[in-house]
Amino acid sequence: MARPLEVRWLGTVPYAEGVDLQKRLVEQRKADAIPDQLLLLEHPPVITLGVKTRHDRSHIVAPPATLKEQGVEVVETGRGGDVTYHGPGQLVGYPIIDLRPDRCDVHRYVRDLEEMLIRAVSRFGVTAARMPGLTGVWVGNEKLAAIGVRIARWITSHGFALNVTTNLDHFDFIVPCGIVDKGITSLGHLTKFPVTVEGVVPPVTDAFAEVFDRIPLHSAASPPIESHQ
Amino acid sequence: MTNVVMPQMGESIAEGTIVRWIKKVGDPIDRDEPLFEISTDKVDAEIPSPAAGVLTEIKVQEGETVAVNSVVATIGTAAEASPPAPPSNTLPEAAAGQPEAEVSRSSSDNGTESHEAGDAESREDVRRQKSSPLVRRIAQEHNVDLSQIHGTGLSGRVTKQDILEFIELGKASEPSRTGDRPPVSGSAAASPAPTFKPGENVRIVPMSVMRKKIAEHMVLSAHTSPHVYSVYEVNFSRVAMLREKKKADYEAAGAKLTFTAFIAKAAIDALRQFPIVNASLDGDNIVYKKDINIGIAVALENGLIVPVIRNADEKNLLGLARAISDLANRARSKKLNPDEVQAGTFTITNPGIFGALYGLPLINQPQVAILGVGTIEKRAVVIDDAIAIRPVCHMTLGHDHRLVDGADAGRFLAFVKERLEHFDDAWM
Repeated sequence: MARPLEVRWLGTVPYAEGVDLQKRLVEQRKADAIPDQLLLLEHPPVITLGVKTRHDRSHIVAPPATLKEQGVEVVETGRGGDVTYHGPGQLVGYPIIDLRPDRCDVHRYVRDLEEMLIRAVSRFGVTAARMPGLTGVWVGNEKLAAIGVRIARWITSHGFALNVTTNLDHFDFIVPCGIVDKGITSLGHLTKFPVTVEGVVPPVTDAFAEVFDRIPLHSAASPPIESHQ
Repeated sequence: MTNVVMPQMGESIAEGTIVRWIKKVGDPIDRDEPLFEISTDKVDAEIPSPAAGVLTEIKVQEGETVAVNSVVATIGTAAEASPPAPPSNTLPEAAAGQPEAEVSRSSSDNGTESHEAGDAESREDVRRQKSSPLVRRIAQEHNVDLSQIHGTGLSGRVTKQDILEFIELGKASEPSRTGDRPPVSGSAAASPAPTFKPGENVRIVPMSVMRKKIAEHMVLSAHTSPHVYSVYEVNFSRVAMLREKKKADYEAAGAKLTFTAFIAKAAIDALRQFPIVNASLDGDNIVYKKDINIGIAVALENGLIVPVIRNADEKNLLGLARAISDLANRARSKKLNPDEVQAGTFTITNPGIFGALYGLPLINQPQVAILGVGTIEKRAVVIDDAIAIRPVCHMTLGHDHRLVDGADAGRFLAFVKERLEHFDDAWM
């Protein structure tokens, strides 16, 4: 039986606010006061550090002065993974879902997120794939989407970041996910027609519903966005 | 004292790395309160405490990686002094620390779970009345009061896992409850004799979750049912002939026609004829199951699993053959759904597949019988006072003598033998 999934498009949200919102929603989900959630949003420029980098910031290459000048924040988070960048033009997704009873497998969850993103971008004629040993969604040797997840009592938070029209120069400030020898790409670079973050929301929502067997409902505050097709 | 273990966050995950201890040694902690964080690949998981008390020792530090189910810390009562667990000549009694409902209880806790006091009475009723017959039987046999146990099932029901762990811990912590001994880790006094000494040439590997469950179930079954066995020799000539004849047709219809399918069909008919073999015991009651749900044991790489064909009596031979193939394949590729390994009423197992003449299997609780199929091979038999060579097979019925007597077992097996030796091709 497919379960309901509340899909919420939040527009641009500062990173810290996003984290607080997630924490509240996780508690509410734990108490079963709300159904599964899929938060979709953008962040102002920010570099985030996963738990792996708590004691080691060497994957931020740019000096603090440069970051400040460019308006890029640096924040430590409770998600898994190394360092990554979020910014305008990048679709960030935070699924807050209960993996019980039949999805209590963190590897499976990550693979399912990858699958969802691969399906979503295929609607734009882009063939993306997994790279064994490197979590995320790749096109050739370049990363299109990153994943970093937190799980508490099988309720998920944090999630994925898909480059649509992201300023890829900003990735030069870091060694993304600690991976030195691969590049970064975005949907905008790969498709023949213009794309926007909002235009990617419907395919991502559909793909998520498909892979996770959920029924998407759009909350009243954000009316469904017309598919760009 | 409770052991906190590295949980298994996914089927194929064998280890985890501690990323952060949320609590320090000496901190008090509630059950289910976040205790530590682990990471695997791109996932950071917050792990709750399996018990209430005080964090008495941290055995694995931040940044270290250990195998799933290794003990990473211990939780004790505030009264327990800090002597660490005794050296390696005792087996660690790892209680399941998975971040789900499967948690352990320390029966020597003093009043730390008092927030349940208000609901105690109604919960007690639910636990007693609604826990399964199997759980109540275990409770009876071990003289355990079900209302003592914190149930993690629906509405606080006590599950089989809950009570088994409670019994395990009860054995471990009893010495420390009697006050006149110094507070020492209970496992030294109450666990079975150590199976190795420090310095011995051994390699220690913690059991996988599946292995633990199998071990528990086998002990439980041996302990619950007085097992008795009857063995019949069955001539498979006719079945072998029919199989040769129809194999191709069945394959074309998408089903592999195996001996198991024929045996299942015969067993199902026999279960209809002799419903006592398809029943269960509940206290003083015999529970006749109206559904016939046949479990077929499948050997896996490191264990076994029993997928179940529900309402098997509604299928013809083709349907059975299909279901058996499908379930066996999905069992081996780990793609079974939870409801496909539940509610079996009778089980068929195949010790013969590895060459055994016959096997003496343990009953799959709460069923009352299990059919073991030996190897099917050509042997010399006597037919009409002459020696002939025929494919034959020893079939064993293991049965619970509380409910199924020798005569019942004999009648059942005689029926199965008759069906197989005179298999009507109209059933195909």
